[in-house]
Amino acid sequence: MTMIFGIPLQALLGQLLVGLINGSFYAMLSLGLAVIFGLLRVINFAHGAQYMLGAFVALLMLKFAGIGYWGALVLAPLVVGAMGAFVERTMLSRLYKLDHLYGLLFTFGLALTIEGTFRYFFGASGQPYSTPAALSGGVNLGFMFLPIYRGWVVVASMVICLGVWFLIEKTKLGAYLRAATENPVLVQSFGINVPLLLTLTYGLGAGLAGLAGVLAAPIYQVSPLMGSNIIIIVFAVVVVGGMGSILGAIITGYMLGIAEGLTKVFYPEASNIVIFVIMAIVLILRPAGLFGKDA
Amino acid sequence: MSHSTHTQADVPTRTLALAGPIKAAILIGALAFLLVAPFLLYPIFLMKLLCFALFAAAFNLLLGYTGLLSFGHATFFGGAAYFTAHAVKVWGWPPEFGILLGVAGAAGLGLIMGAIAIRRQGIYFAMITLALSQMFFFFCLQAGFTHGEDGIQSVPRGHLLGVIDLSNSTNLYFTVLGVFLIGMALIWRFVNSPFGMILKSIRENEARAISLGYSVARYKLGAFVMSAALTGLAGGMKALVFQFATLTDVGWQMSGEVILMTLLGGIGTLIGPVFGAGLVVSLQNYLATSNVPVTIITGVVFMTCVLLFRRGLVGEFYASRLGRMLGFNPER
Repeated sequence: MTMIFGIPLQALLGQLLVGLINGSFYAMLSLGLAVIFGLLRVINFAHGAQYMLGAFVALLMLKFAGIGYWGALVLAPLVVGAMGAFVERTMLSRLYKLDHLYGLLFTFGLALTIEGTFRYFFGASGQPYSTPAALSGGVNLGFMFLPIYRGWVVVASMVICLGVWFLIEKTKLGAYLRAATENPVLVQSFGINVPLLLTLTYGLGAGLAGLAGVLAAPIYQVSPLMGSNIIIIVFAVVVVGGMGSILGAIITGYMLGIAEGLTKVFYPEASNIVIFVIMAIVLILRPAGLFGKDA
Repeated sequence: MSHSTHTQADVPTRTLALAGPIKAAILIGALAFLLVAPFLLYPIFLMKLLCFALFAAAFNLLLGYTGLLSFGHATFFGGAAYFTAHAVKVWGWPPEFGILLGVAGAAGLGLIMGAIAIRRQGIYFAMITLALSQMFFFFCLQAGFTHGEDGIQSVPRGHLLGVIDLSNSTNLYFTVLGVFLIGMALIWRFVNSPFGMILKSIRENEARAISLGYSVARYKLGAFVMSAALTGLAGGMKALVFQFATLTDVGWQMSGEVILMTLLGGIGTLIGPVFGAGLVVSLQNYLATSNVPVTIITGVVFMTCVLLFRRGLVGEFYASRLGRMLGFNPER
């Protein structure tokens, strides 16, 4: 068996893959956070809950409407996004004039409410969501066995991240968004409906989290707690990356996922704190974050 | 304290001449209630309330008076509970030294967390403290002395100063009450000191405080450590009252709970957090026997507070006509 640093190559590659998959979710979620923060200046604490919501909507669609994975992949993000837009329009939008901390506190309360509701109806334990037939099974790459679904998640998340990056950096709508980030009053005076842009942005961010949730459903168990477990890590990712740049959020997400996977190989005890340690080190050396513009 | 205030409305409200005596009477009444309370209500419940009230008041030192939202105060509360429990149970320390160790440990953790977190401001500060406290949570999950999921159980209460038997609930209650009052007095003194004034100026306008020549980072760190130490005082006492220290006390939900207490009672008021803690603890006690899940209620109360009354109960009272007639000054 091939060994690298006394570690079997298979174990190393296996954990690298796990790291890459976790990293895919970190990247998608921190991307959504960065998009919302960029325009609304709100840290969306409910992002984890919306991710959980995406997975649950997929599960419930399967159970009660017979809508399978592919249908859920389209519909669940729309449902979660619409819910997000509703919350933004009716409640969150009242808080923009205040200290940004209130947005964080409000979404924290929202996260607790959503999570508590699902725990009440579905219990704390996870429920399985089966892998779609087209993506089940695996391929032998010669050096390791790759389950097809996991490969699909990595590819899909990269496509999603690049798609959002393209939407924001290269399209007209994206240009409006970026302009409204810089100076909302001026953009509004050009006749662009900024409040609508804000609602759409929050809906887009929430929908992204929902999409990540559907992708996650067959890998992790669908559980009411899946969101709060991941959101704190994603916060650390966002602090490391700095929220100034979309691409920065994506790259940091993948990097930290891989770092976490490698730690599992070399020093398993530290694997669930390594991201926080990296965050602390980055803060000491480069307080604005790796890609951050503002401190 | 008896100047009249011109708040939002243009109608100046005159402070009543009797405002001073009325306030003194309220204070004496509250103290008298605390003295007879253990004979009327379940002492453990009252002690829990006092511990959380001190916790929230210490937290408010940071949020209310310095404008820093820490999402990681569970680290100091739960951490101190672990330190005290370990010192008292394993090393056989007397309770007063056990609590002191808890305070020192919490202050040390506060120094580390504060030094890292104050490098960023506002929302980032909140996220960093949350992430660091989650790191401490995982540390507690794996470290040997915390006994992981089991926690440290059946912690002996011991004898205060070698004389007073704390296994007697009444004795313990008056000890906890004494510590609570000392803690509140410290917070009051701190807030009204020149140091506290500088903290408020940082809260109001950090850039201006810097331009006035204050080393803002050092003041923030000082406030952070002070708040962590007082939180540790509350956490250490809680370990003695309940005779255990568990992971619940270091989890992020606990950090959220103390924010809720402060928000509900009134950010930036001295007694607001005490009221908030009382309400939240009573509500939890009440809901524990019912079917209604606490998390949902907590979440809804959170959202309602943020949307509808950000001043909190005490803050709204201060800002009301009656409050202003009594000479209270709504700061926010």
